[in-house]
Amino acid sequence: MKKGYDVTIIGGGVVGCAIARELSRYDLFVSLIEKESDVGLGTSSRNSGVIHSGINYKPGTLRAKVDVRGNKLMDKLCRDIKVKMKRIGKITVAKDEKDIPTLYRLKEQGEVNGVPGLKILDQKEMRKIQPGVSGISALYSPSSGIVCPYGLTIGLAENAHDNGVHFHLCQEVSSIETLTDGGFMIRMKSGTRLQTQVLINAAGLFADSICRMAGIEEYRIYPCRGEYYVLDKRLNGTIKTLIYPAPRTDDPGLGIHLTPTVDGNILIGPSAEYIEEHEDYACTAEIMKSLREEGHNLLPDLQMSDFIRNFSGVRPKLTPPEVGGNSDFVIEDRRDINGFINLAGIESPGLTSAPAIAEMVLSMVGDHLPLRPNVHFSPDRKGSPFFFSELPEEEKKQLISENPNYGEIICRCEKITKQEILDAINNPLGARTFVSIKYRARSGMGRCQGGFCMPRITKILRDEFGLSPEEFILRSRTSPLFVGKVREGDQK
Amino acid sequence: MTVEKRGIVIIGGGPAGLAAAISARENGCEDVLLIERDRILGGILNQCIHDGFGLHTFGSSLSGPEYAGRFIDRFQELGINVMEGSIVLSLDENRVLSVSSREGYRVIQAGAVILAMGCRERTRGAISIPGRRPSGIYTAGAAQNLINLENIMVGKRVCILGSGDIGLIMARRMTLEGAHVEAVFELLPYSSGLPRNIQQCLNDFNIPLFLSTTITNIHGKDRLEGISVAQVGQDRCPIPETERYVPCDTLLLSVGLIPENDLSRDTGIELDPKTSGAIVDDAFMTSIPGIFACGNVLHVHDLVDWVSLEAASAGAFAANYVRGIKEGRSSIPVSAGEGIRYTLPQAISGRMDLTLSMRVSAPWRNRTIVIKDGETEIKRKRMVRLHPAEMIRVDLKANDIASCSRLEVSVE
Ligand SMILES: Cc1cc2nc3c(=O)[nH]c(=O)nc-3n(C[C@H](O)[C@H](O)[C@H](O)COP(=O)(O)OP(=O)(O)OC[C@H]3O[C@@H](n4cnc5c(N)ncnc54)[C@H](O)[C@@H]3O)c2cc1C
Ligand SMILES: Cc1cc2nc3c(=O)[nH]c(=O)nc-3n(C[C@H](O)[C@H](O)[C@H](O)COP(=O)(O)OP(=O)(O)OC[C@H]3O[C@@H](n4cnc5c(N)ncnc54)[C@H](O)[C@@H]3O)c2cc1C
Repeated sequence: MKKGYDVTIIGGGVVGCAIARELSRYDLFVSLIEKESDVGLGTSSRNSGVIHSGINYKPGTLRAKVDVRGNKLMDKLCRDIKVKMKRIGKITVAKDEKDIPTLYRLKEQGEVNGVPGLKILDQKEMRKIQPGVSGISALYSPSSGIVCPYGLTIGLAENAHDNGVHFHLCQEVSSIETLTDGGFMIRMKSGTRLQTQVLINAAGLFADSICRMAGIEEYRIYPCRGEYYVLDKRLNGTIKTLIYPAPRTDDPGLGIHLTPTVDGNILIGPSAEYIEEHEDYACTAEIMKSLREEGHNLLPDLQMSDFIRNFSGVRPKLTPPEVGGNSDFVIEDRRDINGFINLAGIESPGLTSAPAIAEMVLSMVGDHLPLRPNVHFSPDRKGSPFFFSELPEEEKKQLISENPNYGEIICRCEKITKQEILDAINNPLGARTFVSIKYRARSGMGRCQGGFCMPRITKILRDEFGLSPEEFILRSRTSPLFVGKVREGDQK
Repeated sequence: MTVEKRGIVIIGGGPAGLAAAISARENGCEDVLLIERDRILGGILNQCIHDGFGLHTFGSSLSGPEYAGRFIDRFQELGINVMEGSIVLSLDENRVLSVSSREGYRVIQAGAVILAMGCRERTRGAISIPGRRPSGIYTAGAAQNLINLENIMVGKRVCILGSGDIGLIMARRMTLEGAHVEAVFELLPYSSGLPRNIQQCLNDFNIPLFLSTTITNIHGKDRLEGISVAQVGQDRCPIPETERYVPCDTLLLSVGLIPENDLSRDTGIELDPKTSGAIVDDAFMTSIPGIFACGNVLHVHDLVDWVSLEAASAGAFAANYVRGIKEGRSSIPVSAGEGIRYTLPQAISGRMDLTLSMRVSAPWRNRTIVIKDGETEIKRKRMVRLHPAEMIRVDLKANDIASCSRLEVSVE
């Protein structure tokens, strides 16, 4: 590992990766440290994937500012780094007359924040957008949308990597020493050390621990979990837009709702529950039950077999349970510790805001280091990750005749070809877990949940990449999939 | 895109597809094409290296590959066309299929199609097991594939949820390969596997089976460390006081099979919510003319012998269909009454002999299966043992049902 970096980012979530990519536009020597085996395995892959418009945030807050700006940046960004996004709009629905003033309040708030195209719809107009929805009126925000959250994180990281950022995966920062002649010495659990001029804390749920390592005591993160159900693609198309109930003062959250994903599934969730352990991604029987009930209420056509998976994500809240609600994002260039840029409490809408947060951080970095353009920077992500199954027939035929690997289907539910699996395995970051392959190729994300493709991907990893069974891991070195061979003597 | 014209196209080369192809050919169809997505024929039988196949058909207990081998030999003898390593991606109501393989992308127009895609396993998500998501949780069939075909051992200390046959067979298989199988847990008050498998796979190896028990939590952040299990009450909800912790590094799920009808659904074929397979008539024809179904894609079978028989019938009807012999409308509905979970076919013509397949909804002893047309009794079959895990077949003669208007099957 080379020692003196100009800038080092701790945390490979969407925020850290957006910063890495933004900094890679300049002639800086940048590294990113991530404790997991891949980027985006934390909160950034465990959320609703909504591009928020910005109507819900108090004017003047950082949240309002970076959300609206991030929302604007999203189209070009997703085109450049080849990430799926859709501007499907959102309706905030008034159930009865009581909610009408809320719609007008949100509209005004949104306009102050700079949200474009807001409109109050009557019932008829509202039902033109989403047939059958109950309620009397709605606030329509056309700039709301959905994005693939892990795709966005991975796309940012891979493009940053292409532009020269060093990624140190499986490295957990354990201590930070402030050097007397400027800069920092970072120590990893593995024993590795790394020196940097500017240090950026983008450690999400562990932002407070990183702060403490640097001598900042004032923050504490309270983990607050949200659980989800993923629904089968059978229901694709039933939800045309994002539908939220008008917020009521007696209900602090945005409420459990349905969110379509860019791939055609629907999410039910998230719940909100303060928990003890920061990375406790369990799902609980009680909440699962209430999500199922809520799902049946919202989607009368829902069948038991449509529930294909559960997951949960954890919000890094700065407000303790007794206080509840949200506090504003912390995005600060610490004057007390020269060169330490600190991000804390980046909960929702952190995904939407990431590109704008990156711009803010860049200007902070500019106060410490000269920003000369990187003449080699390319905003386009290398390769052309696309989804073969979504191509027209003629194009498929052509591609298969050029490369037979496109003719072989490995994941039967999502119709993922062998070439797409190979591309995912050969990703530039060198992440080689089943989850890394899944987040890049979508294998194992369908109704059979990997029952079919997992043995087949195993075979590819063994036969074509020479891995032995013990080296196959689900998401980290501590989550091995297999214990070894059944019989030693055998060929395989 | 160029469209190839074919006679009968069979989707799936397991025992159902093989028997259907052979029969279609033997019944006079010269142009039979079988499409199989794996590199080899045989379907799920390839990973079933245990014996117990073919007792009815061949009078001896064969292993899965041996049983399949007999059909593959005959299939090859007849020189039937086959596309291996080829997956059918779509099928429309005019019987146009798109097929993808390493050799290319093809579009085929078939005179008749026989669906024989088999089934897939129900997953953790489908049964909503709470808890963490560590590695070490597999469906029993995926584990069977890894162990038997890939020489990969999935774990050392194993619990099994669900007493389906694959789970039972895997309990024995894991034990024989040196793993310790702690127990099998089953939600229902009775096993959903065949009695002979309970004896040969669990009892013979002292593996306990806990009925009316389910998993309430999964522990382990990275690799599975243990599970919580609890007994369930009459309502099948866990009883909190009975919850206990069982350490294990591997959990196999054998919680049911679902006919693989994603393709059929997209085609617009009507499915039966009880079987999750197509609704068929006594010619095994689905709601779309010229598309037939048989084997596990139609309804989940426990014995491969019945799969082969059913598929041979479907193959013969498909051969008739392409020759222009249409069986005519099947207007007599067959419904499941008291004690019967489902019956198949769902409608019959009343003009030919047929076999009704059915499953009961609970285990019983010394009962009678009764088939009635309104108040008129058509047939009764006395059974010593009735078990939901065992498919029951009842033969009906055309004479008996010719003048019927509707049939109901029930247990008395
Ligand atoms: C339930 C839920 C729903 C949400 N829905 C939305 C939404 O719809 N729209 C939206 O805009 N936002 C949403 N959000 C918010 C959004 O997901 C987050 O704001 C965003 O993902 C935060 O990204 P991050 O990079 O700051 O954090 P993270 O993704 O948590 O990344 C931090 C990274 O730092 C690493 N790390 C931590 N400690 C160390 C260490 N010591 N050494 C090395 N690495 C370390 C972690 O492993 C992790 O990968 C939602 C959040 C939740 C929980
Ligand atoms: C683990 C296990 C143990 C069993 N044990 C016994 C036993 O001991 N004794 C006994 O008598 N019976 C047993 N059975 C039952 C019997 O083996 C099955 O019922 C029988 O194999 C089902 O045959 P099938 O042809 O319908 O399905 P399968 O054997 O599953 O074959 C379906 C074929 O279709 C192919 N296919 C699917 N979709 C497509 C597509 N889109 N394009 C191309 N090809 C496709 C698949 O690759 C597969 O090869 C067992 C079954 C299992 C699963």
